[in-house]
Amino acid sequence: MSTFDNPFDPNRNLRDGCACGQHRSVAEHEQATAALSCEPVESEEKRYEGVVASAVMRAMFPQDVARRAFLKSVGASTALAALSQFFPLQTATEVFAQAGTPEKKDLKVGFIPITCATPIIMAAPLGFYAKHGLNVEVVKTAGWAVIRDKTINKEYDAAHMLAPMPIAISLGLGANAIPFAVPAIENINGQGIVLATKHKDKRDPKDWKGMKFAIPFDYSMHNYLLRYYLAEHGLDPDTDVQLRSVPPPEMVANLRADNIDGFLAPDNICQRAIYDGVGFMHLLSKEIWDGHPCCSFAASREFITTAPNSFAALTRAIVDATAYASKAENRKQIAEAIAPANYINAPVTVLEQVLTGTYADGLGGVKTDAKRVDFDPFPWQSFAVWMLTQMKRWGQIKGDVDYKAVAEQVYLATDTKKLMTEMGLSPPASAYKSFAVMGKTFDPAKAEDYVASFKIRKAS
Amino acid sequence: MSTSLRLRAGLVSIVLLAAFLGIWHLATRTTGATAAMSPEYAKLMGLTATQGKSAMPGPLDVGAKLWEHLRRPFYDNGPNDKGLGIQLAYSIARVGTGYLLAVLVAIPLGFLIGMSPLLSKALDPFIQVLKPISPLAWMPLALYTIKDSSISAIFVIFICSIWPMLLNTVFGVATVRKEWINVARTLEVGTLRRAFTVILPAAAPTILTGMRISIGIAWLVIVAAEMLVGGTGIGYFVWNEWNNLSITNVIIAILLIGIVGMLLDQILARFTRMVTFPE
Repeated sequence: MSTFDNPFDPNRNLRDGCACGQHRSVAEHEQATAALSCEPVESEEKRYEGVVASAVMRAMFPQDVARRAFLKSVGASTALAALSQFFPLQTATEVFAQAGTPEKKDLKVGFIPITCATPIIMAAPLGFYAKHGLNVEVVKTAGWAVIRDKTINKEYDAAHMLAPMPIAISLGLGANAIPFAVPAIENINGQGIVLATKHKDKRDPKDWKGMKFAIPFDYSMHNYLLRYYLAEHGLDPDTDVQLRSVPPPEMVANLRADNIDGFLAPDNICQRAIYDGVGFMHLLSKEIWDGHPCCSFAASREFITTAPNSFAALTRAIVDATAYASKAENRKQIAEAIAPANYINAPVTVLEQVLTGTYADGLGGVKTDAKRVDFDPFPWQSFAVWMLTQMKRWGQIKGDVDYKAVAEQVYLATDTKKLMTEMGLSPPASAYKSFAVMGKTFDPAKAEDYVASFKIRKAS
Repeated sequence: MSTSLRLRAGLVSIVLLAAFLGIWHLATRTTGATAAMSPEYAKLMGLTATQGKSAMPGPLDVGAKLWEHLRRPFYDNGPNDKGLGIQLAYSIARVGTGYLLAVLVAIPLGFLIGMSPLLSKALDPFIQVLKPISPLAWMPLALYTIKDSSISAIFVIFICSIWPMLLNTVFGVATVRKEWINVARTLEVGTLRRAFTVILPAAAPTILTGMRISIGIAWLVIVAAEMLVGGTGIGYFVWNEWNNLSITNVIIAILLIGIVGMLLDQILARFTRMVTFPE
């Protein structure tokens, strides 16, 4: 179930038992919720009101039986009216919605101009930062190493990073070990393998021996997914092909110049290669692992402890923007908002194709896949565990890894869950889930066995 | 004779430019092959794919775009999109700061080193090693230690433009004609006065030549540095347009970088002429 299903859908299960924990079954809860949400709730304020009201109801009637008796005898609307008379629901809601005042209002957030950064970017032109009381400047940055250094140097308060980067930085891989944290995933899916047009008859990866591929960064989902995909087809990514770290905009130019045969890259770059007629979409990353994370919203632990309210407001803005972006009907508007030179700086047609999922495949066909890119902020710790298994598999980490400890330190599932509940959204109950990558099930509890189960990996 | 030579040289320049533009125009005409495609597919594709438009823009495209930029050079659409005038101003300000700092350090230091043969020999290996280091090699080190990208950019300009000035100052000071110094000595001129009234004027043309080389290097460096740290400046503009694969804008930036570099060089050349003396 997605995080963004209607929070007032009585059939939705928020926790074990029921949404608020006061009822034994969803059916019982339904009655109480229906009582409190007398009309369909749409706006943010209403959502907060519901959360506050149920908290008050719970406090007044610790005994569930008593509350139900009360609601049954007087009716829901009377109960609500009575409640608001002696408890300032309105004020409480406002206070609640504001949370703490941000310690720092003027923030700088770095981003790389790709569609993965959609929530971070669109939150500026569409006013999500302002709504949460922040004045955020989103700053375009030249590359992943630069965004890492600028965030570590505190030039940025928070930044758009590839999902494995905060883990790598926290572990001190390719940088000094500095504790970083991920409160939200930016996007899921939304990448692709693009090959040069001359390879249009070489669709079987077994024929790819000796080819040169580009990836955006060593610590990227792109690297792990491409390696996984190649290895599943019997190619050793370290010896049978060449993998090169290339900044995304240079990928298209390199593909045109015939320096590389293909790439697994973030979108708008994939679609841009097609748009310019130099390549075709071999495979969407979704077909390797449907629902895989790609980029994350990251900040240093130091920022989180020195400015907890600013950080919470930022996270709220990002979660809010992600929720907005997850709706298909908003995607066209978003494409137009993020296309100008100040943001992604790409043709609107290209962004629209990526975000709406109706795209030219580069071989003369028009394909539709509404979930080509999707947005879901919940930082599943099992994602982090999977990334760690791949870092281990390809020799980026040597020695033993405490998968769970690292995942829980970097991916702030608990905090985000709390925040999402406060916002009236419905985060999942657990921070771990099992998923399948190319048909092979991954169990986060058995990470070490998972690493050992791969035939092709770097000997350590 | 001289005027006619200049006239003829000018004419040849114009002919060369016209020939260059003509060949460029012919080479980038729309001639690429296009595959047949359905209209809905074509709507999703770029001009290169649908009309076989050359990926390289022609001189007319560049001219039109340049005119667009020149008409509004100072617009500001937020932190990541500013007019070319603003971007150039940022770059020139950065170059100016880094370069002036380098001048302030290099000339006094070069003077001291040049007046002492011992120091000049002792420091020579260090200078020779530091001189050829590329700005891009300094950048990660600067970012890591200074922890501020705009100061890092200035530092990189400083560190790259200091060496030619230092070497030229040392050389200029060390090779002042012995007779002049001896004359000063027989007249019992003090050290300080000797430095300012004899050595400085004598070494000035060499020092200025060093400064002229340095400003060229500083301007070379700024583009690379800004491409790396981003944010503002002409280097960032090149990178941002490269990101969008807009070769037209990249060509415009190249043209402007060349013109500004030439102007900076001309200013220093004028200063050099002012201090040159006939022997």
